[in-house]
Amino acid sequence: MSTAPLLKINNIETYYDLLLAVNGVSLSVESGKITAILGSNGAGKTTVLRTIMGLLDDQPNKGTIEFDGTRIDGKETEDIVRRGISYIPEGREVFPELTARENLLMGGFIRKNKNEVNSDLQKVYEYFPVLAEREKQLAGTLSGGQQQMLAIGRALLNRPRLLLMDEPSLGLSPLLVKEIFAIIRTINEAGVTIILVEQNANMALGIAHDGVIMENGRFVRSGTAAALLEDKDVQEFYLGGGESEDSVKGYQRWKRKKRWR
Amino acid sequence: MFTQLIITGISIGSLYALMALAMSIIYKTSHTPNFAQGEMAMISTFVAFALQTTYQFPLGIALLGALLFSLILGVVIEFCFLRRAKNPTIVDLIVMTIGIQLIIQGIAGWKWGAEQKDFPFLDLDSQLVHFGDVVISHLNILTIGTSLVLMLLLYLFFQHTRMGTAMRATQQNEVAAKINGIRVNRIKAFTWGISSFVGAVAGLFFAPISTLDPYLMWEPLIKGFAAAVLGGMTSLGGAVLGGYLLGIIENLFGAYISLEFKSTVAFVIIVLVLWFRPSGLFAKHYQRKV
Repeated sequence: MSTAPLLKINNIETYYDLLLAVNGVSLSVESGKITAILGSNGAGKTTVLRTIMGLLDDQPNKGTIEFDGTRIDGKETEDIVRRGISYIPEGREVFPELTARENLLMGGFIRKNKNEVNSDLQKVYEYFPVLAEREKQLAGTLSGGQQQMLAIGRALLNRPRLLLMDEPSLGLSPLLVKEIFAIIRTINEAGVTIILVEQNANMALGIAHDGVIMENGRFVRSGTAAALLEDKDVQEFYLGGGESEDSVKGYQRWKRKKRWR
Repeated sequence: MFTQLIITGISIGSLYALMALAMSIIYKTSHTPNFAQGEMAMISTFVAFALQTTYQFPLGIALLGALLFSLILGVVIEFCFLRRAKNPTIVDLIVMTIGIQLIIQGIAGWKWGAEQKDFPFLDLDSQLVHFGDVVISHLNILTIGTSLVLMLLLYLFFQHTRMGTAMRATQQNEVAAKINGIRVNRIKAFTWGISSFVGAVAGLFFAPISTLDPYLMWEPLIKGFAAAVLGGMTSLGGAVLGGYLLGIIENLFGAYISLEFKSTVAFVIIVLVLWFRPSGLFAKHYQRKV
């Protein structure tokens, strides 16, 4: 598949006041793929997603973002969603005092065709049967895992072409993480392109096609998921294992490489 | 005597309830304690007055015109003033609404003068109905009835329409609303419109039992505020109940304890509520994320 990329980020810079959080990041995401963005806390992964969604006022400060051939940087979040990009923020962000069903239907707010929304709602209930059981319960009283399912389901009801997921595994039990990742794969197989931000590098690279590694606001590695899993540095820093005894030395080597760029 | 007091208490209480409702609707959506609420209602009432007496329109048109004006006024205030503030603190918002209050008061005083006018838009206050030894004026009945209908409509709107649900969603989590394509700014403007409308209804019913001047809604504003605090500021049902409670308590207090201090009951209630139940009598406890 050598068509034009669905999302193309060109050298964006994002500031929080005077703090440069994303420093010249470029990325192309091909249609139909899962791209994982990995990196430690504070690397700027979430900021990249928030910049794409237009949630940060007057950002990106530099660079362009193109979705399906049209520029979306500087557009309102509400319009970006209507173009077909959905975002599942870190920490779920459900509507606590709406019922689970109302939460999901708010995902269909931008869509005109009620029948399609309803059939998609049934599809979400197939993915997550527990949500069907609890559709009348207030979202604030659901457990963390159920809220995560609700957030994913709500984003699916936007019927996105590109789905940005910010740490879907945060705070969930290993079993539930497995379940959620299986569903992410199913969603992708149904034709939704996904950008997945994760701390859990093993899980993420397990389902992703491509990956990038982010550090201090830059992408320091990128490649196919298989290549990243093989990479010595990635193994040592993100997957654990490797030559753990040399970690201090290794850290220095990592720094040195970064300076060459 | 007691039943009589309860009935008139409910009648004035429904006006407090409407004011409290109006303030709570805005507070929930834009976290603004709207001190201009009373003046927004006052100037809408003046518009009805002007349409009827100065421009000689029939009453129905005058009332509809005033309500339409109130809707637009709310939207315009949100659009011109509140939306312009970037990351305002609560103090900024309070100062801003007090500023709006003074501006509207100034405009009303300049246009219509500060002297008191009669605005018995329907001559209903003197027409009475007798139930045994209880006497109710037509105005009381109309006030109670209209406010109940309005509250019912608001309830249905918020609970059972797509737009109403979107408004509640925006109140609960703005970012989540945005990323689902709900146009948050429009929702806020619309909220101000609705709230202004509700306040204007209270103003129209308060004018006949008071006198129309730029300070018309000062007292109902304070009482409505007290009722909203009583209800917890974020619970619409609580605000309504708070309004009725305040109306009844105030009336009973005026009759049995002290007529002079009748108006201070509202403040005593605010103090007591803040003392014993700081989140209001009916507020639900959900932590808002910072």
